[in-house]
Amino acid sequence: MAAGRFVAWASRLVHFGTGSVIGGRVSLLIDPNLLAELTASREVAIVSATNGKTTTTKLLSTALGSHQPIVSNWLGANMTPGIVAALATSNATDTAVLEVDERWVDSVLRATNASTVVLLNLSRDQLDRTQEVRKLAEQWRDALIATPPRTVIANADDPLVTWAALVAPSVVWVATGQEWTADASGCPACSGRIDFVGSEWSCASCDLKRPSIDVTVDHGTISIAGQNFRSPLALPGRVNRVNAAFALAACSAMGANIEAAFGALDDVTEVAGRYRVADFNGTKIRLLLAKNPAGWHEALELLEGPSTPLIIAINARIADGHDPSWLWDVAYERVGDRFVIAIGERRHDLAVRFRYGNITHVVADNLDDAMNLVRQSPNFDPTVPVDVASNYTAFQDHLEQVGGVL
Amino acid sequence: MTTSPRVNPTDSAVRIVSLYPDLLGTYGDGGNALVLSRRLEWRGIAVEHITVDAGAPVPDSADLYLVGGGEDGPQVQATRELELSQGLHRAVDKGAVVLAICAGMQILGHRFPDATGKSRVGLGLLDCETVRVDRPRAVGELLTTDAYLSTANGRINLGLLTGFENHAGRTIPGPNSTMLASVEIGEGNGDGSEGVVTGTVVGTYLHGPALARNPRLADALLEWIVGPNAMTPLDDSDVDALRTERFHAARDHELAPRRSWRDILRRS
Repeated sequence: MAAGRFVAWASRLVHFGTGSVIGGRVSLLIDPNLLAELTASREVAIVSATNGKTTTTKLLSTALGSHQPIVSNWLGANMTPGIVAALATSNATDTAVLEVDERWVDSVLRATNASTVVLLNLSRDQLDRTQEVRKLAEQWRDALIATPPRTVIANADDPLVTWAALVAPSVVWVATGQEWTADASGCPACSGRIDFVGSEWSCASCDLKRPSIDVTVDHGTISIAGQNFRSPLALPGRVNRVNAAFALAACSAMGANIEAAFGALDDVTEVAGRYRVADFNGTKIRLLLAKNPAGWHEALELLEGPSTPLIIAINARIADGHDPSWLWDVAYERVGDRFVIAIGERRHDLAVRFRYGNITHVVADNLDDAMNLVRQSPNFDPTVPVDVASNYTAFQDHLEQVGGVL
Repeated sequence: MTTSPRVNPTDSAVRIVSLYPDLLGTYGDGGNALVLSRRLEWRGIAVEHITVDAGAPVPDSADLYLVGGGEDGPQVQATRELELSQGLHRAVDKGAVVLAICAGMQILGHRFPDATGKSRVGLGLLDCETVRVDRPRAVGELLTTDAYLSTANGRINLGLLTGFENHAGRTIPGPNSTMLASVEIGEGNGDGSEGVVTGTVVGTYLHGPALARNPRLADALLEWIVGPNAMTPLDDSDVDALRTERFHAARDHELAPRRSWRDILRRS
């Protein structure tokens, strides 16, 4: 304990400010076991996924925070250095709610002995950089065998996640109604074909199938352990009701009062800038983040009005992945009659995608120019925020333009 | 070798088959079917797009087959199923056009390496052979010199080919094949050439939605089916802007990750 406090104190010395990854890195050089020491006397929950991990981490820490002190890395620094930096500023016994990068689940789980693990989904993302999603599912499975948590909260509609979570001693299965299944057509257990029939799915060759459900999300009602919670949440869309269901299930597994927890979720109106409605030179815009086909599948469902102009921004920097071929896996045709303006460093890739989608579009050099075009467009309604949907670094650029993370 | 255009192209729809997108389709490969379909529709030519998943019978009567890229495991499974079905073999014998992307090109050759590096027998529809080489995976922009394909009207210049590549193989073209182009930037086949053409079967390391950036390659494949008279000009201004931008990016060696300090701080 004293050693832990000393380490926390020492790490604060080299800490360059809240959320500092560099501080975390330097601390880990001095003491590689720092993460284990910083979590030795606290309860830990970890949240991982391809999509929704930042939002779910924020919802879970807000829900738990209604009646206990919480520490979280909810700004998205989700590998060991960022996690260490976040923990170093907290009391040694505060409960930790940690967002963890998909590839870091094994090492973070090993170091923290987390009691609760929330596994949302796995899908294709940054193919030029990360491993194929099946290998990630295998890593998750091995991690849960090596360091079994007390409870896993897992997506019963994602065969990759289901297969990984099945090895855990106790699993709470969430019916997410996930529609993106293109990365799960091959069975993770036997490479056989997965058949999706209605809400059920099963492997044609082995006994992997959708497990029996503990938590459902249906038309705005979240049902968990016999209790019903009526949305709306402050955050929009089906995808956030699902994220909230995972957060509430984790709260319940951690012994918290879920009614109080649910009440607290209303306070979450944005997550590190996602969903923020902001003023942009006199016009309201809403910031949306979508980084990959599964993320876009959900984001396109959230769009304002059937004819509201829309701005889409795509970059292909290192944090985005250098290859935007995945734009062709997104059903952008769903924007319907909206007038779309393509911006970002890969705006011409977007324009070609839109051209072949028969989508009315123009290309602009930046957000200012795009907003000028929006204001001149026939369907512009100043009372409705203009959606600006972007991938990772483009989103960060726009967030900085409207004042950064609050 | 060339095929003769269909006698009456408007008589029935051009049939395009996407083969096993559930196994071979990791990289936006579906884009190629969309590009081909639209370029026919915009010219008033009917098109029928058929998706054939693994396990389903492979029709042998379609005009154009698309085989996408994919990971090592599914690549072996796709080869096994196509060998068993023989539908694609019969279609090629009848003169069907095939576009095979990356892993798709590798399995259509005589031999290709599996996940363990062991050499496997391929489908033999492209005269080439792929081996694993001891070098880092080729990941980045690929740009070629002018590419050519032979049609009934002689050799068509397809312009520069531009795209992204992501593979670890080296493909050696055989005596009964030609290359598509020479590599200007990137790896391609690994010997300075890019792509393999045997008759009407075309393979390329331009991965994923290769036709999105290369409309003249798309049109050349279609011309094999509907003939040159049907190929009226289209508005490709969006594509031209993208091509110009990507030529610069490749030549400026945007291949290497662009590490901005801000991005590193944000993400790690």
